[in-house]
Amino acid sequence: MLQRWLSFWKFLPSPQRNSGALSGTIGFLANSLTLIHLPGPNPLIAQFGWVDSSRKTLGLCVSGCRSLSSLAELPEMHQMMRQTCRDYADRELGPIAGKLDKEHLFPAQQVRELGAMGVMAVEVPEALGGAGMDYLAYSLAVEEISRGCGSTGCVVSVNNSLYIGPILKFGTQKQKEQWITPFTTGEKVGCFALSEPGNGSDAGAASTLARQEGEEWVLNGTKAWITNSWDASATVIFATTDKSLKHKGISAFLVPMPHPGLSLGKKEDKLGIRATSTANLILEDCKIPLGNMLGSRGSGFKIAMQTLDSGRIGIASQALGIAQAALDCAADYAHKRTAFGAPIGKLQAVQFKLADMAVAVESARLLTWKAAMLKDAKKPFTKEAAMAKLAASEAATFCGHQSIQVLGGMGYVTDMPAERHYRDARITEIYEGTSEIQRLVIAGQLLKEYAS
Amino acid sequence: MSPASVFVCLSLTLLSDYPVIRVKPDHSGVVTDGVKHSMNPFCEIAVEEAVKLKEKKFIKEVVAVSCGPTQVTETIRTALAMGCDRGIHVEVSGKDYEAMGPLQIAKIFAALAKKEEASLVILGKQAIDDDCNQTGQMTAALLDWPQGTFASEVTIDGEKVKVVREIDGGLETIKISMPAVLTADLRLNTPRYATLPNIMKAKKKKIANMKPADLGVDMVSRVEVLRVDEPPTRLAGVKVETVDDLVAKLKANGTI
Repeated sequence: MLQRWLSFWKFLPSPQRNSGALSGTIGFLANSLTLIHLPGPNPLIAQFGWVDSSRKTLGLCVSGCRSLSSLAELPEMHQMMRQTCRDYADRELGPIAGKLDKEHLFPAQQVRELGAMGVMAVEVPEALGGAGMDYLAYSLAVEEISRGCGSTGCVVSVNNSLYIGPILKFGTQKQKEQWITPFTTGEKVGCFALSEPGNGSDAGAASTLARQEGEEWVLNGTKAWITNSWDASATVIFATTDKSLKHKGISAFLVPMPHPGLSLGKKEDKLGIRATSTANLILEDCKIPLGNMLGSRGSGFKIAMQTLDSGRIGIASQALGIAQAALDCAADYAHKRTAFGAPIGKLQAVQFKLADMAVAVESARLLTWKAAMLKDAKKPFTKEAAMAKLAASEAATFCGHQSIQVLGGMGYVTDMPAERHYRDARITEIYEGTSEIQRLVIAGQLLKEYAS
Repeated sequence: MSPASVFVCLSLTLLSDYPVIRVKPDHSGVVTDGVKHSMNPFCEIAVEEAVKLKEKKFIKEVVAVSCGPTQVTETIRTALAMGCDRGIHVEVSGKDYEAMGPLQIAKIFAALAKKEEASLVILGKQAIDDDCNQTGQMTAALLDWPQGTFASEVTIDGEKVKVVREIDGGLETIKISMPAVLTADLRLNTPRYATLPNIMKAKKKKIANMKPADLGVDMVSRVEVLRVDEPPTRLAGVKVETVDDLVAKLKANGTI
């Protein structure tokens, strides 16, 4: 089967690459099977009988990526980057993660160090102060950082995907310089304010209002569950500019923090990721210049949805890191703890748990990598990103749960990190799109593919 | 005349905190297949020092060098990501690699240092897998250069290098003229984490490839490893009630 694929690739003219910006990723893909968008009828399509044009690309994506599932290793640069982040997580985050969790401390020093390494702005071009790497590199970085400390991974993810992400995609050059560059160093972090007390999943029903008064926008309303709120220096906030247009009347704004008219609610006392601050953002006649609108008027909903699409890959990576940490903890314990005269790793009951955990993590990881690679290749990735987030967050809660089970009584106490992984994992099924919403997104995309 | 280039010589070692290092069944050595390898921690410190000297503008170029099989290029790339300018990989593999010891490595480094006209050669003081602590000293001897070993502080002062050495009695400060060989000790510095942009840039930096024969070095070992054994398992101790009992027991088993 593979031979036939290979002979077809040789037959085809040189692949049209949709993006010139990729370095390692496309080169790496070329080593397996190149993802190319073939225009018009061609022998491959005829051979496999795909007729629908959107399915053409998707079919090629799927088949091209099927070979990715057999990938032996990542490109060298990504491996090096992953190792660097892993070393940092093991040496600097692992030892303090328990303390950060117990004392609800924001890891300011570590965030600055990560900023110096370029991890707080992985996708941002070097000209703006970022690391200039691709989304796969970002996904690997977040996974490794989250493995050390789930909360720090959350801070990294929110800053990269939710705050910098939309500005990078929809901002003007001036906005990028003003609102991205200072946030690449780790000195400042940003946040993303979409949810409100009255709507979470129902994002189109934003009741925060923005009205124009002369040369300013005046914002009024409340945003809820905003991660990084107490530690952020700026926020991307969504407000309704034209109520009659419903979700097409929502716009995005950039607001510095602190700012007159913007106040913070009390810090929520959370089950997990306790080193991050989560609070309400209260806007009372908060005035910002007209130039602070992000994107065009009424495009806020679109900006939010596209941002969350990419953000999902970041959260999937965070969930993977937490799941992996839980698995590492359980597997290590299985070697050391003896019962019935042997290490408990010899017992099938424990072995089956570890195997199930490993399969859950690895399959979620491959989904996450695929989603990241599709995004880097500028291909549609909405469905895969939703699948990745769903799989990874469910893997994280599963691994967290089973890890405590493997550790038994030790898993229930704070002496071992298993209970922290269990608590940190839970939020990944909720924020940036609940598991239920992910299922709706996946089903929506799937049904579109089969529509005749 | 400011020093032109500094050579940092790297060693690829077995990861020290890997839980189980096993002796091969035929007792000829230690199992290395499938064991994670990484840059020797003292070599990381050496790279950091060289990059620091370059940042302070004392030197113009840092070259990372290592001998071994293809795996070693990863180590060189890590050094490039930390700030070295280019790399040299001296390929040694198979039987030659297993027999390779400090003397062969020192000969290679010495030949390279002479060929490339290095002003400073910096190494880690010892590799954590064999703990030989010989390569630096041998390299200096072969080159007939002064050496500053176990360095915990290095300052370049015109044509000379001031080295504070950690010795058994405390700290010894020496001044040696360049070209010289230095070996890095634990407290010399804290190695940096490679930044993501530097990892990207490292991809573009050159790693030259050569063989020991190109440098006229013969790799024949003068040392034959007869046998490798695990340390004896620790036996349970014996508790005694009084000092007299202790003395009696020690006399009984011939210790005193």
